[in-house]
Amino acid sequence: MSMVGLEVNGRLVSKDVPDNMLLAEFLRDSLGLTGTHVGCDTTQCGCCIVLVDGVSVKSCTVLVANAKDSRVVTVEGLSDGVHLHPIQEAFIEHHALQCGFCTPGMMMSAVDLINRHARVLTPEEVRSEMEGNLCRCTGYHNIVKAIVAASEKMHAR
Amino acid sequence: MSPMTYHRPTTLGQAKELSQTLENAVFMSGGHTLLPAMKQDLATPDHVIDLSHIGELEAIRVDSNDLIIGAMSTHVQVATSKIVQELIPALAGLAGSIGDRQVRQRGTIGGSVANNDPAADYPSAVLGLGGTIITNLREIRADDFFVGLFETALEPFEIIIAIRFPTPLSAGYAKFKSPAARYPQAGVFIARFEGSVRVAVTGAGQSGVYRLVQLEKTLLESFVDGAAANLEISTENLIEDMYATKDYRANLVRMMTSHALKHMGTISIFK
Repeated sequence: MSMVGLEVNGRLVSKDVPDNMLLAEFLRDSLGLTGTHVGCDTTQCGCCIVLVDGVSVKSCTVLVANAKDSRVVTVEGLSDGVHLHPIQEAFIEHHALQCGFCTPGMMMSAVDLINRHARVLTPEEVRSEMEGNLCRCTGYHNIVKAIVAASEKMHAR
Repeated sequence: MSPMTYHRPTTLGQAKELSQTLENAVFMSGGHTLLPAMKQDLATPDHVIDLSHIGELEAIRVDSNDLIIGAMSTHVQVATSKIVQELIPALAGLAGSIGDRQVRQRGTIGGSVANNDPAADYPSAVLGLGGTIITNLREIRADDFFVGLFETALEPFEIIIAIRFPTPLSAGYAKFKSPAARYPQAGVFIARFEGSVRVAVTGAGQSGVYRLVQLEKTLLESFVDGAAANLEISTENLIEDMYATKDYRANLVRMMTSHALKHMGTISIFK
């Protein structure tokens, strides 16, 4: 057991946790932030993706101890409490979800992708760079549209 | 995952000391091979020594005509490094093609090379370029390093510090990715130097990465992209699994060799 302190969605948290606890477990079980999902649990599907220090990682494959002193943002941290994040608006507008299980991971991965490029993304780029996220419902077309649209909104300022 | 104790040394000395004093300890770099193994109880260490906070293990630099990549350099760091892109673009391209974007944020060259997964991309570049693995104890040539399936010449608790690559005249990489697992079913790295050619194949061999020695001789005499067209690839020692039969793999090796030859200076990914 070790004390692990980190910032999650802007709040400092500190808990005594087992060293073998994964970041996904910590977020879901210790903090009650169940928006981050565990899908395959084998580092493939991307449902567990969160931002750690601004960069998207698969939280099922990161020890919370390794995220000590980091800034973590989960899907719960996207909106400011009043307004939806552009990625959330785009996913609604373009019908980019059905069951919603992959959606938090898709959006967190997309936010990282959009932030990395100071310009609008092409559908080809989105398809290639979102390979770490799997969806069983939608067939991906609307997800791609939503991400391209969000990149337009986020870089139109 | 079994209980264990996590350690975070900040210097090589601390890491070495921990490895010598703790029982049943393993090193972790990006954790994207170790943690999945631990989650399935395929690895059950009592202690995990995280090497990713040791500053001296990062850094990508040039030394005379050699490119030196620190063991903790992540795949995305290598892929986006201007130095690597300029000196060995096929290496930058290879790094940028590993797994997926999230894996590339965490996975490291040191971890990949120390693990020697028969389906990993990096071993083909290290063997193909004739790189040198620099550890805290010695330097090991690539030809002596990749010993067998998941096996390297590293002593227990020997730590890879960096990998040194000579700069080739040109290099190319082509791979056929399994669309589900995202590993190469066959990946071929070709490097051309003054006076030598090296061709290394990953994803296909039962004992891991290996060289196409006969083709290297042929290409040294005449470096033409048609040289691989009728290449005989022995199916002996090729992997036969749920992704591909030996014959299918042999054909993939031939095709990837052809593509790499035709597109030296870049990488080709098929999925």
